[in-house]
Parts: sequence; structure tokens; C-alpha cells
Amino acid sequence: MVTIHIDGQELQVKKGITILEAARSANIKIPTLCYHEDQKIKSVCRICLVEIEGQRLLQAACSYPVSEGMVIKTASPKVIKARRNVLELILARHPQDCLNCPKNGFCELQDLTQELHMKRPIRYQRDIRPHQVDESSTSIVRDPTKCILCTRCIEACEDGQTIGVIGKENRGFDTIVVPPYGKDMNETVCVNCGQCVQVCPVGALTIKDDTDKIYENLDSGKILVAQVAPSVRTTIAEALGEAPGTPSAGRLVTAMKLLGFHYVFDADFSADLTIMEEGYELLDRIKNGGVLPMITSCCPAWVKFCETYNPKYVKHLSTAKSPQQMFGPVIKTYFAEKHKIDPANICSISIMPCTAKKFECQREEMNDSGYQDVDISLTVQELANMIREAGINYADLPETPFDDPFGLGSGAGEIFAATGGVMEAALRTVYEVVTGKTLEKLDFHDVRGLDNLKEAEVDLNGTIVRVAVVHGLGNAREIMRKVRAGTANYHFIEVMACPGGCIGGGGNPIRNWKKVKARTESVYQQDRDLPVRKSHETDAIKTIYKEFLGEPLSDKAHHLLHTSYCNRQDLLR
Amino acid sequence: MNQDAYNAYSHKTSSDQLVEVAKIAAPYKNRPEMLMSVVIQVQRKVRALSEDVAAVIAREMGIPQTNVYSFITFYAMLSVKPRGKYIIRMCESAPCHVRGAKEIVRALEKMLNIKMGETTEDGRFTLEYCPCLGICDISPAIMINHETYGNLTPGSVTQLIKRYIREDV
Repeated sequence: MVTIHIDGQELQVKKGITILEAARSANIKIPTLCYHEDQKIKSVCRICLVEIEGQRLLQAACSYPVSEGMVIKTASPKVIKARRNVLELILARHPQDCLNCPKNGFCELQDLTQELHMKRPIRYQRDIRPHQVDESSTSIVRDPTKCILCTRCIEACEDGQTIGVIGKENRGFDTIVVPPYGKDMNETVCVNCGQCVQVCPVGALTIKDDTDKIYENLDSGKILVAQVAPSVRTTIAEALGEAPGTPSAGRLVTAMKLLGFHYVFDADFSADLTIMEEGYELLDRIKNGGVLPMITSCCPAWVKFCETYNPKYVKHLSTAKSPQQMFGPVIKTYFAEKHKIDPANICSISIMPCTAKKFECQREEMNDSGYQDVDISLTVQELANMIREAGINYADLPETPFDDPFGLGSGAGEIFAATGGVMEAALRTVYEVVTGKTLEKLDFHDVRGLDNLKEAEVDLNGTIVRVAVVHGLGNAREIMRKVRAGTANYHFIEVMACPGGCIGGGGNPIRNWKKVKARTESVYQQDRDLPVRKSHETDAIKTIYKEFLGEPLSDKAHHLLHTSYCNRQDLLR
Repeated sequence: MNQDAYNAYSHKTSSDQLVEVAKIAAPYKNRPEMLMSVVIQVQRKVRALSEDVAAVIAREMGIPQTNVYSFITFYAMLSVKPRGKYIIRMCESAPCHVRGAKEIVRALEKMLNIKMGETTEDGRFTLEYCPCLGICDISPAIMINHETYGNLTPGSVTQLIKRYIREDV
């Protein structure tokens, strides 16, 4: 421990921590910009400058370690003057069209400018990079004009996801963050996970906005049929200003009805359907000597990652489609028949925590219903924007249940939102199918939590099934290395591209680990609160197999609910 | 990709050369700290550190292509675009500037009929600025490939370039 003084306050702090950490522990606020609590220290923006007694130069609080007897001033006139000067230099390179920027209201630079009370014109000559917006990606819009070179996105993509789509080009004043060799985003190995969007403090990386398409389809008289992913009910309230982890399924359905959606379905149903197909596929592979380990295919970012980096191993992926892509054809066939609606007149929309789902619904092969199975995929952020735009007071809405015939999903479908959830849901069903016994203890704690690699063993009538769960593509790359080497001694592996699973997805409100933890707890609480917690026991699942699909892995199920994968190695050249 | 960007990066490297690149990079699998050494060796063999070259280096060394690209564009002596047989580098630092670098540049541009940063149509000469060459005592100075020349005047630099045009070096 060392004794330091910050703004006249004496503090006992741990040796080796930074001035910023020490100040935050005492509730003293030092403004930051490039700093991100879940990432490495970058120390590039210089906004957090502070004065240290006895030193001529100001120091960056985010990186400067405390030492015994240090006397720090975080808001002396000298500091304020320097900080404003730094901000002016950043603003001289940043376009000031805040009013029509997609990040308006959520921009960290905008907040900082307000906090630092920038009321006078910038004294420096403005030099903005030439305007060049890259809208080639299905999911992410890149506007390097607005970039402040904090390099958070580079860390998220390269260190976190081990992909490295974007990087710095050139040096000094000419530096710009771009994909290599002038490529557009759709020509790169980008898997559309959106983790870069989650960390970008300004409007340089944003989610592709598809909300206008919804209004167009409404206007043209289409029937809007929506499916709402398990994690959306946990994060939508947060996107509209409530505490992280506030569940709001009922209010969400009300809001969507007010927006004009004709049917709002619970994608917990299609998560349950995925469990049925994937679970039976796993049993089939184990029994009949199929390719093992089988790996989940719910996550479109992971699927593209596997197709790019491990094309020879796509046979390990479950052929079962993701819940979104299962619901698509079910809506345009089963539901359309049942309600006597022409499928051509249906606009199928998914509300997702995910930017990669936009890519998935546009994959060429996803048209087994005879139409594009899912027409539009919206993220939580976009839906929140629509709710705000319509002037809906979300906090005071009454609750409405999801529409039938896919009304109430199971708790197993619900936990798809968190890492380990698909695995746990599958085990609940597989156990009962194989053993014929009722599973007493439904919670598989071994596969929960935020560890990089989670492993568990389950005894199915004498057959030991070994499973593993990873989240984040860095961990996925590691486990694929084991699969290639033949040392991955598992039967079933769950992979989710985003840290924390879908609940930490790129389409959610801006995340950090603290928020992800709160959201995860909420997901498991919602699971406990549901009357049915096993996929195969819900009414909707029993009905659809009885009325329409026959049994899991039937011909019809294969046609509508299973898919194949391609080789994208060319993206690496 | 827009047309300008396409033109700038359109240079293709032959497959024979890519095999050579792979041979240079392969011994340094998972050793990103050796990237400088690899890139310098590779640049001696190829006309430009093109997209294909970066992809091969990335694959062989086990690092993202973006890293290779960022690294190349950071250094003035490395280039992702094809350059001439002779790269004429004009020192851009203050000592050369005060001793008449501007006049030298004007003479070079006039003589070769290209602007700084460009390459002659026949692919023989490229004009570039570079950071301090460290020979301020003989400023203004230029470097042509690996040779340095100092105490230049517009007249003497013209004579020098003529020797290169005649390949009399």
C-alpha cells in the first residue's frame, strides 16, 4: 500500500495501480476517451492528463502508476487548460455533424465535449479526412472520417476475436483505421460479430440501420411477423435507459404491436426446436458413428469463422440451422398454412442481439420455404431507436403475452442467451430422451459462467458424454486447434462468437463485463421463473411435431430445418 | 472497393515469387517479432509488398494480414505499391530544407517529368520523400536505392540522374 494525495484527499491505495484507478476508487472523476475498462491501457488520446507535484509535464492518469507520497491534482487550471487543448486538437480532426450522426446521444466524444464545457470555437485549422463511408457489409457501417484513433476496435477484433479485420494504415497524422489493401468490409474475413461496434466511442463503426425497411414493408401492406430472440427481452429495457438485466418481455410485445407488427412470436420456441433437431442429431452421431465432436451452429459469426479458417472441419458443425433460420421457414410454411396467409405477403423479421444475423438471413441457401426465409434482421439497438422514434413511453407500458401458436417457450430456450445455454438446454433434453428418466437437477453449473473453457461430463445410461463450451472467437480458435490435432476428446462443443454469448452480442446496447454479468444473472432467473424448463415439454414443440414435422430429423424437418456450409478460405487468399 | 483504391493496390505478384516469399517467411512461424527481417528480405525479391505477398507472409508466420499491412505502411522504406527500379529519396528534414531541398526537388521533378510520390511510366524511377538520412553535414542529400549523395545543387543532381538514366552506375 502507498499513501497518495488526490485533490487534497489522502488515500491509501495498492502499489502499482494507475492514478485513474486510484481516483475512481475514491469517486474522483477523471475524464477519459480511449480508456475502456475491459481493455488494455492505450494512453493515446491524452484527455486524462493530470498534474503531479514536482513534475514539469502533465501525465496521462490512465497509464501512470501511483507511488508513495505522490500529490496529484486532477482539475487544476493548468490541467483544465491542457485538457481543453487536447480536446480541441481531437475536434479539429473530427467532423462536427453530430446532429445527423447515428451515434448522436451515445457518443463518448460528444459527452466529453459537454463535460469539458467546450463553448468556444476551435482555434486550430480543421483538417477532416476525406468523406468515405463503407456500407458494403451487411451488418457494420464504417465511417473512418469520424475515427479518433483510440484503437479499441483493433483490440476487440485482433486480440479478442483473433481476426484482425481492421488495422492502422500509415503513420502520424496520416494514420487511419481501415481493412488492409483498400478492401471493403464485405471483402474481408469480417464475421460481422459487431464487437468493434460495441467498443467504438464515436460514430466510426455503427450497426447497419435496417429500420427504414420495416416502415417500407408496413407501408406496402405486408404482414409483419416478428420473432424475438431470447436475449432481447433482457437487454431492450437497458437500451431504453433502464438498469442492465431488466427483463421486459411483456412490455416489448406491447411496444412492437404499437409499432405495427402484426404477429410477435417468441424465438424461445425456435430455440426449443433447435434443441430437438440438434439434440437428436447428436444422439444419432453418437449412436451411428458420425463425425464427433459435433459443434453448435447457432452463431452465424462462428459459422463464418469456421468456414473461413477451418473449411475442412465444417462437417463437425451441426447441420441444424440456427433458431432464427428455423423460425423463418416455419413462419412461411406451417404458420402461413395454418392462418391461410400467402407466404409472399409475409415480411418475416427477427429481433436479435446480433449484427451477424443480418448476414445469416441473407445467405443464399436460406430460402427453404421457397422465399427468403427471414427477410429482415433487426438488432436491439435498432428496435430501441424505433420505439423512441414512435414516442412510446416504454417504462409505463402494459404487458402483452407473445402470440400463439408459438406462445410460451421453455426455460431451456431462454438460456440460449448466455454462454453455455445451448449446451445446458441440449443436455436437459438429451438426458431425458436417452434415459427415459426425469432429470431432477436441471441446473448444469459446470457449463455456466464466464470462464474461457468450460467442460462437463454427463452419464447417459452408462455412456459418458463429454461436452465443452467456449465463447469469444479467440477461445474458439484454441479449441479448433485441439480438434485439428485430434486431442479434443469431446462429443459436443458449444461455440458462441461474442464474449458472454448472445447476451454480449454486437447488436445489444453498449456493453462491459459488469453489464454482461447482470444480464446473465437475469437470464438464469427468467429460466427459473418459467413453468416449463425443458425444450421437449413445451406445447408448441409437441404440436408442431404432431401437426407438421412428424418427428425430429424427419424428411420434412431436414428440408426446412437443416442446412449445409461452404468453404470461404478464399477470403484469406 | 472504389476505383482509385483498386488501382493503387492492383499490383499482382507472380506465383513463382510468392513461393519464394513463402520460403523466406516459413521459418518464422508464430514469431511476429521477426516480421521486419522477413519484410526486408522479401522486398529485395518483389516489386511491391502487394496483397498476395502480405497474405503469404501472414499465412506462413501465423499473424493476421492486417498486421503485415499496418507494419508495411508504417515505414517509409517499405511500400505496398510497385516502385521504380531506382527509388530516389529526398530527405525531408529541416537541415536539408534550409540548404535548398526545394530546388533539388524541383530539378528532379522537371528532369523525370513526374511529381514526388510518383513513378515514371517506364518503371525506372520513383520519387519519394523520406525522414532524415542522418547525413546533415552534407545536406541537401538524397538516397538512390542504397547509395547516398550530398552537397547537391540543381545542376549536380541533374548530372547524377543522367548517369542513372545511362545506367552508368
